[in-house]
Amino acid sequence: MSGVLTFLDRVGRWGLNHVRGTGRSGIFLYDALRGVFRPPRKFHAVIRHVYFIGTKSFFVIGFTAAFTGMVLGLQGYYSLSKFGSEGALGAAVALSLIRELGPVLSALMVTGRAGSAICAEIGIMRIEEQIDALECMAIDPHAYLVSPRFVASLIALPLLTAFFDGVGIIGGYLVGVSLLGVNPGAYLDGMEKSVEWVDVSMGIVKSFLFAVLFIWICTYKGFYAGVDEGRFGPEDVSRATTDAVVLSSVAILVSDYVATSLLL
Amino acid sequence: MFLMNDRGGPKVFTDGIIEVKNLSSGYGRLQILHDVTFAIPSGKVTVIMGVSGCGKSTLLRHLIGLKNTPPGHVFVDGSDMALFGPQEWMTYRKRIGVLFQGGALFSSLSVRDNLAVPLRVHTRLAETTIRIIADIKLHQVGLTEFGDFMPSQLSGGMRKRAGLARAMVMDPEILFVDEPSSGLDPITAAGLDELLVDLKDAMGMTLVVVTHELESAFRIADQVVVLDAGRVLAAGSPEAVRSSPDPRVRQFLERRADERTVDQERYEKRLTGVGVKRRA
Repeated sequence: MSGVLTFLDRVGRWGLNHVRGTGRSGIFLYDALRGVFRPPRKFHAVIRHVYFIGTKSFFVIGFTAAFTGMVLGLQGYYSLSKFGSEGALGAAVALSLIRELGPVLSALMVTGRAGSAICAEIGIMRIEEQIDALECMAIDPHAYLVSPRFVASLIALPLLTAFFDGVGIIGGYLVGVSLLGVNPGAYLDGMEKSVEWVDVSMGIVKSFLFAVLFIWICTYKGFYAGVDEGRFGPEDVSRATTDAVVLSSVAILVSDYVATSLLL
Repeated sequence: MFLMNDRGGPKVFTDGIIEVKNLSSGYGRLQILHDVTFAIPSGKVTVIMGVSGCGKSTLLRHLIGLKNTPPGHVFVDGSDMALFGPQEWMTYRKRIGVLFQGGALFSSLSVRDNLAVPLRVHTRLAETTIRIIADIKLHQVGLTEFGDFMPSQLSGGMRKRAGLARAMVMDPEILFVDEPSSGLDPITAAGLDELLVDLKDAMGMTLVVVTHELESAFRIADQVVVLDAGRVLAAGSPEAVRSSPDPRVRQFLERRADERTVDQERYEKRLTGVGVKRRA
């Protein structure tokens, strides 16, 4: 009997913790968005975070984009050549990148590179009482720590996505045209004729959506690192960072499907 | 010397800038504070002391508003802290400064920028003025040359002094200090104690110091509150607490360890392995 009660107690606690966590994360998002319009001034902080999230991710984004475009060029050529449609390679590469792979892979790479670092930085601030210190100085920690990162990610991720698309298309061109001999005019012409504004806007909407998701999850996990457990050690920061990256990645992939199904 | 409150616990300082009345608190099912009552007088150094785990830090978190306080238990200038709205919290927090145990300096900012944070947020002072104020505060704590250093480049004592400078940068009325001497060598600890008292005298602040260091506590205290297992064990002037006949206070003051209670049967079983599952 006591075993059943213990089981029910655990299930109940698990459920309550998740309900509480969901509510708290919603309030956290509200506070972060409200903090954008509250003091302190954020211009310099936003610039600094755009540099960290955006500029410092250029290399990894460019590298990933180039090889993604090259693989798309190879695979696309292999598939299209079966139907004698190699000329449509430019359209296939561009549409795949702009509508789908650009936003998703950019968001995943930025989550791995910048999101994890942001989560760890805020988590360390939590366990070293730096967030408590902000509160005691009458400074809203959401407005000071989280809001500038929200704004910066909304600026940086769409730009990185555009960069990813551009580099990916060049990668596909190099493999398709320079390596496999597809007509360059057909590659570029097919791309120009098939890519429409609705495709570009879908990519832009997705990149904004993923920016909100990854920065929300990473800052939230760092902000509350160790709070539920009531202990503030390095292992809580490492767990929060792992959770943040995994949850952000899953959220990006799931929301990608939902967004695609709604926007199609 | 000791006054008794209506529940039989000690009561001191009939009025104060902050009054704590019958405060009980904890985390989840674990109760940490039991019916704590005392007051913090204005312009004095109040030291809250006790063994590790006695509830000092929990009490401090209530006083600085980092832990929710139920209504009717903590009063600031007669106003119930539990009824504070956002504006009252803002006002109260501008009146206080807090030195955290590890300094809590922002690791991504230089020492000077750490001091500049509250000035940049709460004032419209020019950057040159902010820099001058930060340098004055750093000079007061003996860190004139370290404004451009990062917190990671400072020693433990220097980090605490930098944290103290930041806590004082808005000229607070009440300064809360958490374990100023912990982790410091005796000379540095004594220097920090002297610095606290000098600053209090120079700026007329109310000081609330949480510590378990006896020497440090009696060196700086005007009033002492001794906590034990979440209860106020003794409270009063340092002399009054020193002469307390309470056996637990005597044990704490004389630094005697708790008597060990050993379960003899379990101990023998563990030694012989009888009745104890051995790992494969």
